[in-house]
Amino acid sequence: MTQPEASPAGVIHNIGYRAYDGERLPRRGVALALYSHTLRGVFGLGRAARSKVVPFGMVAVMLVPAIVLSVVSVVMAGQGMIAEPVLPYTRYAMVTQAAVAIFVAVAAPQAVSLDLRFHTLPLYLSRPLERVDYVRAKLAALATAVFLLLAAPLLVMYLGALAAGFDAGTQTVELLQALAGAVLFAAVLSGIGLVIASLTARRGFGVAAIMTVLALSYAVVTSMQALVGFEAGDMTTAGWIGLFSPMTLVDGVQVWAFGVETSSPAGPPEGVAGAAFPVVTLGVVALTYLALSARYRKVRL
Amino acid sequence: MPVIATQQLTKRYPRVTALDGLSLEVGDGVTGLVGANGAGKSTLIKILLGLSDPTSGSAQVLGHDVRDDGAALRSRVGYMPEHDCLPADVSATELVVHLARMSGLPTDAARERAADTLRHVGLYEERYRPIGGYSTGMKQRVKLAQALVHDPDVVFLDEPTNGLDPTGRDEMLGLVRRIYDDFGISVLVTSHLLGELERICDQVVIVDGGVLLRSSTVADFTRASAQLAVEVAHDTAGAAAALTAAGLRVSREGETLLVEIGAGVDGDDTDDTDAGAVHDTVRDVVADGYGLVRLESRRHHIAEVFDPTTTGPSGPTSDQGATDDAA
Repeated sequence: MTQPEASPAGVIHNIGYRAYDGERLPRRGVALALYSHTLRGVFGLGRAARSKVVPFGMVAVMLVPAIVLSVVSVVMAGQGMIAEPVLPYTRYAMVTQAAVAIFVAVAAPQAVSLDLRFHTLPLYLSRPLERVDYVRAKLAALATAVFLLLAAPLLVMYLGALAAGFDAGTQTVELLQALAGAVLFAAVLSGIGLVIASLTARRGFGVAAIMTVLALSYAVVTSMQALVGFEAGDMTTAGWIGLFSPMTLVDGVQVWAFGVETSSPAGPPEGVAGAAFPVVTLGVVALTYLALSARYRKVRL
Repeated sequence: MPVIATQQLTKRYPRVTALDGLSLEVGDGVTGLVGANGAGKSTLIKILLGLSDPTSGSAQVLGHDVRDDGAALRSRVGYMPEHDCLPADVSATELVVHLARMSGLPTDAARERAADTLRHVGLYEERYRPIGGYSTGMKQRVKLAQALVHDPDVVFLDEPTNGLDPTGRDEMLGLVRRIYDDFGISVLVTSHLLGELERICDQVVIVDGGVLLRSSTVADFTRASAQLAVEVAHDTAGAAAALTAAGLRVSREGETLLVEIGAGVDGDDTDDTDAGAVHDTVRDVVADGYGLVRLESRRHHIAEVFDPTTTGPSGPTSDQGATDDAA
């Protein structure tokens, strides 16, 4: 971003002060600029090379299994061994959840902690942007980043499935289901990640806290489900436990809404009771948005 | 249309009243806002930016009401905060380009304006380095650049000379003056140092404890207190008596007689013709055998006028204070 200007040799023109009479974007345009700036920043674009390591590392970690699975699909379908992908699209996010968690843990503090640490917010808020625009732009940018991270391997797998000659109609429907799930994963994870990151000005704390919340809740919930479900044989209770970790929560919504295979030891209850999963998911999204808004209403200027 | 106008502006926090019925009007040019720490300067600026709602009263900036029209107002205003607010890990160019976009400039215009503005505030090659390595003076310049980059109609500068050494102070004050003279942008600049503001301001507003103490042009401030220093060859005491007899207010400082121009014996404010009359009287009286050695006008610094000991209810400045200006 920072190439020195090419200056004509040896001549310095003092051009004096020039007023600006050009276009000025309204609030919406400014919020959009903040959104794209944050989205680029999350992936380390326009920043130092070391800022790109983790985001693109996680992109690679997400893509490699998808590429392998696609190759497997093509080869095995060629030998007539399978008629559908080895791994359903909707399970991909759950299988790669560790990489997703690391990505969110690094991206969320990148999006908000620095502005808090360096007290940069007055510089934003003394401009046309309102506090709520700032919150929305940051949330939308992080959610977009997480969605892109989840959607890219799904598309790779989809192309692999088409190349393998699986039924295109079925594959498209299943892909769309998984993309809908990815939207929910993105909304829930970015909301939780940003709320945690906005509480600390120290990026390291933010990373550690988000990792802990996402990874630990997943580990505890799936172990509990296994204990209650398999050891005690109570699959219904085991299913309900899935509400208590972001990953199993959204996975529950996919299972309930699309009737797909669950990736945790126990899926959500069937029928009306299972509707608790989408309701809680939407509740979490709304709550994290409200919490962030409240957090930024109080920011010291 | 005044650049800034407030009517009975009051801001109360749970435990303190930061502003108490502040009414003032600020026109074009460089205006100094002076007061001790905690006098309400920063609170006033936050209200004027629409970032903090007043408890009561109203305020307009450039004709926009601060309560209803915040976004429109802020697109025409620049703000340089008092405290450190710069990210350490980006270069000045990147930051200022980004903030220009945050003010609504399209990307290309933002790049061009950022480069121009950084040059105008005196940042050259170093603008490509991360801000974390800058000196305080350079950081203040970056803060100033981001306030100017979108070519606002007015800028609020909160303590721009904070933390600068004497040379840096002079350079910053020169820059502030240029913002109006060369760039045509009106300035509201705060400081707790009256002395440094009188050098660059057209108007000075003094607040204390959230109350307006005084608001007038710098010229008025100093003219109101101007004196003539008179030295005579012999009989200083006699000359003093003669001048007093001629209806002037005279005080003695060693062998120098100080004749008040600012306020005649009757206490009225004077204008330039009165000052001329005082000159004439002094000349005529002294010519009567005292032997004039030296006659020069002496202009008080505002700081002397605004001596804390004279600002009480009975002090000499109170008659021109809050009551007059609030009316």
